[in-house]
Amino acid sequence: MRKIAIYGKGGIGKSTTTQNTVAALAEMGRQVMVVGCDPKADSTRLLMGGLVQKTVLDTLRDEGEDVELDDICKTGYGNTRCTESGGPEPGVGCAGRGIITSINMLEQLGAYDESRKLDYTFYDVLGDVVCGGFAMPIREGKAQEIYIVCSGEMMAMYAANNICKGIVKFAQAGGVRLGGLICNSRNCDNEREMIEELARKIGTQMIHFVPRDNDVQRAEINRKTVIEWNPECPQADEYRTLARNIENNKMFVVPKPLAIEELEALLMAFGLAA
Amino acid sequence: MPDTDNLIKTVTPLPDPEAAKEALLKSYPTKVARKRTKHMVVNDPATLSAIQANARTIPGIITQRGCSYAGCKGVVLGPTRDIINITHGPIGCGYYSWLTRRNQTRTESDAEHNYIPYCFSTDMQEQEIVFGGEKKLEAAIQEAYDLFHPKAIAVFATCPVGLIGDDIHQVSKRMKEKLGINVFAFSCEGYRGVSQSAGHHIANNQLFKHVIGRGTTPVEGKFRINLLGEYNIGGDAFVLEDLFERCGITLVSTFSGNSTVDGFERAHMADLNCVMCHRSINYVADMIEKKYGIPWFKVNFIGANSSAKSLRRIAQYFENDELTARTEQVIAEENEKVAAAQSRIRPRCEGKTAMLFVGGSRAHHYQDLFKEIGMKTVAAGYEFAHRDDYEGRRVLPDIKVDADSRNIEEVTVEQDAELYNPRKSADEIAAYEAREFHFNDYDGMMPEMEEGTLSIDDISHHETERLIEMYRPAVFCAGIKEKYAVQKMGVPCKQLHSYDYGGPYAGFQGAINFYEDIDRMVNARAWAFIDPPWKTRTSPKLTASYGDQ
Repeated sequence: MRKIAIYGKGGIGKSTTTQNTVAALAEMGRQVMVVGCDPKADSTRLLMGGLVQKTVLDTLRDEGEDVELDDICKTGYGNTRCTESGGPEPGVGCAGRGIITSINMLEQLGAYDESRKLDYTFYDVLGDVVCGGFAMPIREGKAQEIYIVCSGEMMAMYAANNICKGIVKFAQAGGVRLGGLICNSRNCDNEREMIEELARKIGTQMIHFVPRDNDVQRAEINRKTVIEWNPECPQADEYRTLARNIENNKMFVVPKPLAIEELEALLMAFGLAA
Repeated sequence: MPDTDNLIKTVTPLPDPEAAKEALLKSYPTKVARKRTKHMVVNDPATLSAIQANARTIPGIITQRGCSYAGCKGVVLGPTRDIINITHGPIGCGYYSWLTRRNQTRTESDAEHNYIPYCFSTDMQEQEIVFGGEKKLEAAIQEAYDLFHPKAIAVFATCPVGLIGDDIHQVSKRMKEKLGINVFAFSCEGYRGVSQSAGHHIANNQLFKHVIGRGTTPVEGKFRINLLGEYNIGGDAFVLEDLFERCGITLVSTFSGNSTVDGFERAHMADLNCVMCHRSINYVADMIEKKYGIPWFKVNFIGANSSAKSLRRIAQYFENDELTARTEQVIAEENEKVAAAQSRIRPRCEGKTAMLFVGGSRAHHYQDLFKEIGMKTVAAGYEFAHRDDYEGRRVLPDIKVDADSRNIEEVTVEQDAELYNPRKSADEIAAYEAREFHFNDYDGMMPEMEEGTLSIDDISHHETERLIEMYRPAVFCAGIKEKYAVQKMGVPCKQLHSYDYGGPYAGFQGAINFYEDIDRMVNARAWAFIDPPWKTRTSPKLTASYGDQ
């Protein structure tokens, strides 16, 4: 089983990209589990057809110790296994600790056991790696590969670079590696070239350039991935390509994050050229 | 047989202090040695050197220090009997601070509340860490109220509470309004500050802001004082209460040995604040003076001479012939018993040496007791005191306020519009000062230590062992963490946090108790007779027989 964590700046489209890619993998006949690591618990909405799930932490709170895997792990589109870690309401408690608790719980319940015959587990992690809890999915023995979703916007690239710093730390301790950058296009100037160059400088690749297409939003309004909503549309093929690229990916590196000056120079060179 | 004579005999002559200091630092890495050397001073009363204190302990060094929560809940608020102290956190902090300080208390009637035997905690679980613990805290306050109907409830934050950001002050405020009793909270997360000293300061601030001055029932009595920084370990406060009563002094409140919340609330009605433990309570003394006009001075009721001196100072402050006469009579009565005990015990202890590494006042105060039976304190230091406790308050303007101290709130205090009433006018204070009768002052420990003795701040375990090896003191005074390590070296260790099982040691009767306990310790060779099995000459192998074989 390959364990994959998806990181990236808040609002960049991590959950959307993850679920569409997972749907494409499912379509290819792969067994996939998605673990949502966001207190908002909206990482599996498109696969499940709505926010129907009771989160791991809610279940733990309500049921106490007596929790079954089926209580927290539901089946979504294409036989995908979907689970949401959940967490506190905004402004209270500790969401980071919540992720640690819930991933431990999933392990205890055997969510990753061989018998489940999973090909992939995807961790969809909230925004930046703000504290130890949000790094839980890339600790030793958890996800081995990471993809960072970004765009040609300055703050998205800054966040991607920052996440790389976190990966370096965990790469030294465990086996986690960066698999590539996923450019979720915002139609910035020279976006493809800029992200390719950023990826090259960091020592990785741009694994796919996902063009902007409002079909994604149309599918979302219908609580569906593009693959499920309209399998024939061109955007569905983009996600199929991304899924294939991930499946065939052989390039796993310890990233070399840039100094902030280098990052700004990159923006100057590409961002204003149009 | 181990060579007990060698073990028990004081090393004579005493080691050269400069060489001793060097030996303590010898095995440290350069950077550590450079830091630690500033915490060690060879005393010379003629030229007072600066000592580094209240600084971060170097990671990896075994320190004596405790945490901010311990200073706040354990030390300052713990001895009060009728406030329900709720520890908000996982159960360990509450459990291990339950009845561990030997604070005694005596209710005046069976109807009075006494919560000291209880332990209250929210017992936070992982679920509260993740989802927030405010609701559980609120429920705990409600439950405590329903069960006991206390006059006041205090809430103490432990480390995780600060990390997850539970707003304990808002919860307390809400519950205060709901229940109609005083509910207040302390942000005394263990990691705040460099030692328990931060917790004392936090405790002082909240007591001042939420408790002191709320009382309205007048206090009867001609000579009304508060005793600050006396925590009734082993019954010290009972001895002092008896002395005050016999002298005709009214004790309005003690912070906080054998105390009640009523006493705290009426503290502003006293006419004098007497400060025992300067380190843990000087903040409240200063704030009360600013807001209500009550002067304070330092007292010390540890040691017969110091007790007499302190009682006389109180009498001098009130300038009343009757009080003076009664005070002198009490001192005379007590001194007779003290003198008898001294003449009995002093010959057996004379010339022996002691080391004191404890507290933020005790390492100073107890030197007086040792002096009274002819014993010399060759090295002393505090766990958590600041420079003013070593060198005196004259250095206050020179103390660099570092980031760790800035992290603790400094309460801004103004004169109370109605209640401010300067007990002594500026002219009167000036007249006292002219007679060398000082207010707001503490000279610290170092000026009173003999030339060539050592002052060592925040002593480490390594330094403790080297020091004992070099000096072989007759007794070492510290706390439970040091006790058995010291005794394994053949040197008796007196705990001055809990007094072991003894005390009271305050006042005149307390002095006699201390002479007797020290006599027993320094003249019984029990610890020197003990040798670990691997040191004996015969093989340490165990042998046994079974049946006839």
